[in-house]
Amino acid sequence: MYYIQPHYHGISRTTDDYERMAQAGVVAVAEPSFWAGFDRHHPETFLDYFRQISEFEPTRAAAYGIRHFCWVAVNPKESENVALSRAVMAALPGFFAKPTVLGIGEIGLNKNTPHELTIFREQMEMAIQHRQLVLIHTPHLGDKRKGTQLTLDLLRELRADPERVWIDHVEEHTIQSVLDAGYWAGMTLYPQTKMSPCRAADMLELYGHRHLLVNSSADWGASSPFTLQQCAMEYQQRGHSQQELLEVFHNNPARFLGQNPKFDIRPIRLAS
Amino acid sequence: MTDKNAVMERYYLDCRCMLLELAATLDRHDRAPAPSEGAQAADARLLLLQRSIEILAHPSARPDRTARILELLSRPVS
Repeated sequence: MYYIQPHYHGISRTTDDYERMAQAGVVAVAEPSFWAGFDRHHPETFLDYFRQISEFEPTRAAAYGIRHFCWVAVNPKESENVALSRAVMAALPGFFAKPTVLGIGEIGLNKNTPHELTIFREQMEMAIQHRQLVLIHTPHLGDKRKGTQLTLDLLRELRADPERVWIDHVEEHTIQSVLDAGYWAGMTLYPQTKMSPCRAADMLELYGHRHLLVNSSADWGASSPFTLQQCAMEYQQRGHSQQELLEVFHNNPARFLGQNPKFDIRPIRLAS
Repeated sequence: MTDKNAVMERYYLDCRCMLLELAATLDRHDRAPAPSEGAQAADARLLLLQRSIEILAHPSARPDRTARILELLSRPVS
């Protein structure tokens, strides 16, 4: 079995992760820019972070045969600081040309504040202007329903191409509206605040494979990259074929991320 | 002893998660096809879960939900 881990924060993880992921069939990871657990004060700190995930992390992953890609952006939580966000955004286009940068993400909303919405809109406009793929974080817990609706409203207003937008962290109460609008929907296996492997398997059975991504978002919190394999096992134990597993855990990420030609891993079709 | 606010602070997210898992399991059961002919139509385990949920929702004079559910889920002594 081959896996692509489409949302993974290697900067917060030990090298053991890469070794064990390689042993467990992971061939590539994509690392979005995110909140590091504290609010940064200086734009340059972000820029060094982008250098770390676009230059250094690929070398750590490559030691275990894993391809490493990344996304650059001001994350939703720190976008509350509008001046800082704009200073960072001014440098983003310089990163778009780097060989492993796939697009702008994760952007979006955290607490659905006016400042977050301002920076979300400006980063979306930048993505559209620069023809970048987009990864959108949706808020946690009680803020998710409203945040998802605000996100869909903004994307509709900006006439974003749904095929190039991935809205992440959907749950049972938000997945339908995201898929109905034509976007890619991500299910994040982060059981305490997002989705469990069993619930994700339910959603795959209810909604099918099209436009669905599964990821672990493993980071500095209580999380694990191997929730992906747990979900695959659950799905397999419900009677789904090896090809179906490949479609979900390898081919769909390859299809979405492969819209950027830098991501050159292609879907796999098993010989029948 | 930890005060009531601290209990919620510490365990709310765990409980939220467990509640959603339970809901998802019951939804999964509702969606599943009926058992094949000859199999037991009404599963007693579902009834036990439903009665356990009722215990969760109805506190007694003292905090003994866990013991009451375990009693419910126990085989008769004799």
